[in-house]
Amino acid sequence: MRCKLLAVFAVAIGLLVVSVPLAAHHGSSNFDMGKKLTLKGTVTDWFWANPHCFLKFDVKDDSGNVVHWVAETSNPPDMVNRGWSRQSLKPGDQVTVTVEPVKNGSPLGRVLQVVLPNGQTLGTGGAAPGTAAGPKPGDYSKQ
Amino acid sequence: MRKRLVASVIGLMAVLMFSALARAQENRQPGAVYDADIKGQKSAPAPKRDISGIWESAKGPGDAVQANGAKAMPSDGKADHALPFTPAGETEFKAHKPGFGVTAVPSAFINDPVDICDPQGFPRIVLHNFRTSQIVQTAKSVLILYEFNKKWRTIWTDGRELPKDMDTTEPRWWGYSVGNWVDDYTFVAESFGFNDKTWLDNAGRPHSDALKVEERYHRVDGDHLEMTITIEDPKMYTKPWVALDKLPLRLQSPSFDIREMECSPSETAEYNKEFSNPASGVGK
Repeated sequence: MRCKLLAVFAVAIGLLVVSVPLAAHHGSSNFDMGKKLTLKGTVTDWFWANPHCFLKFDVKDDSGNVVHWVAETSNPPDMVNRGWSRQSLKPGDQVTVTVEPVKNGSPLGRVLQVVLPNGQTLGTGGAAPGTAAGPKPGDYSKQ
Repeated sequence: MRKRLVASVIGLMAVLMFSALARAQENRQPGAVYDADIKGQKSAPAPKRDISGIWESAKGPGDAVQANGAKAMPSDGKADHALPFTPAGETEFKAHKPGFGVTAVPSAFINDPVDICDPQGFPRIVLHNFRTSQIVQTAKSVLILYEFNKKWRTIWTDGRELPKDMDTTEPRWWGYSVGNWVDDYTFVAESFGFNDKTWLDNAGRPHSDALKVEERYHRVDGDHLEMTITIEDPKMYTKPWVALDKLPLRLQSPSFDIREMECSPSETAEYNKEFSNPASGVGK
């Protein structure tokens, strides 16, 4: 029992240490904090630049209509620290994106994680306690 | 069985705790390896009168980003973080619309000058997004090169005085700085002569052209430096206050690659068009 508690405690400490607050300059007031949407779609653009990188991807809704999503991340140096690169994503990639959406209902949000076509997961850190907080060891994109 | 479980847990903990650092190591450019504090590792004694080198926040690259304002006095509504505003300071603070802190607004309504790539100036360069920085000591000056937006400053150590009279000097985004060693391990700089076009921090704290800043660098040991920033501005604040209190920095390898973080007006415009404006309900 004591060992189980130690295991839970150790993992919790580890996750807290790994998580790094998002350095998004433009603030959190746009976002519906704590809400999460998981979307399957096709990448149309991966914009690697300051002040924020952003991912554009198309998602088919239940009626077959295509919704054009835009989701931001932190800036390139922060993203490199989390295992991302300019080559992480390209148009045509089939991805599963978890976002924190904006409050006004537009198809916009902040990327929490992306599952790439090869099954690799890239996270953005700064997630709420208890959730996946960044890439796992070995999840590096090749540079 | 129990021993194996404990060993696995310890192994997992070690992997998780150092994975951020290992990840940073593996993804830095060739020749640049991020050095972090390792528990139990002893540093060499502090060299005398030497703060030169490439420095990163000792607690990790994100520790001194200070999104919510100056680290020692963040804009979080807590009573002990309330700044001693004068009436003019309070008015100026309310006129600033930042993206962070207790006065934050949606992104399209932010009037932060850095959003259009105006220079953040000093001391904002150390109070918002203080990242990898390089200190170079020359015979007559200390130069500091900052990663964020690729900026640099000169602190004169040749004995000159700060300008006393703003009428004879053009005010600067980055002010004028002079410094000297107060003992073999502490370098103190004073800055004056600022224009009033910058914010103090990312939470929109104001300053006037009466601003004076004291920077204090204390070389703790061979690997560590502490930075303290004190703000004095009688037009905006009734008394001086400490904005950064002994921020710990760790020495990096001389081959450490300081990343590029440029503010590009064209890239910012693209971001605003695609994300910031629609997220704030403003047309694309």
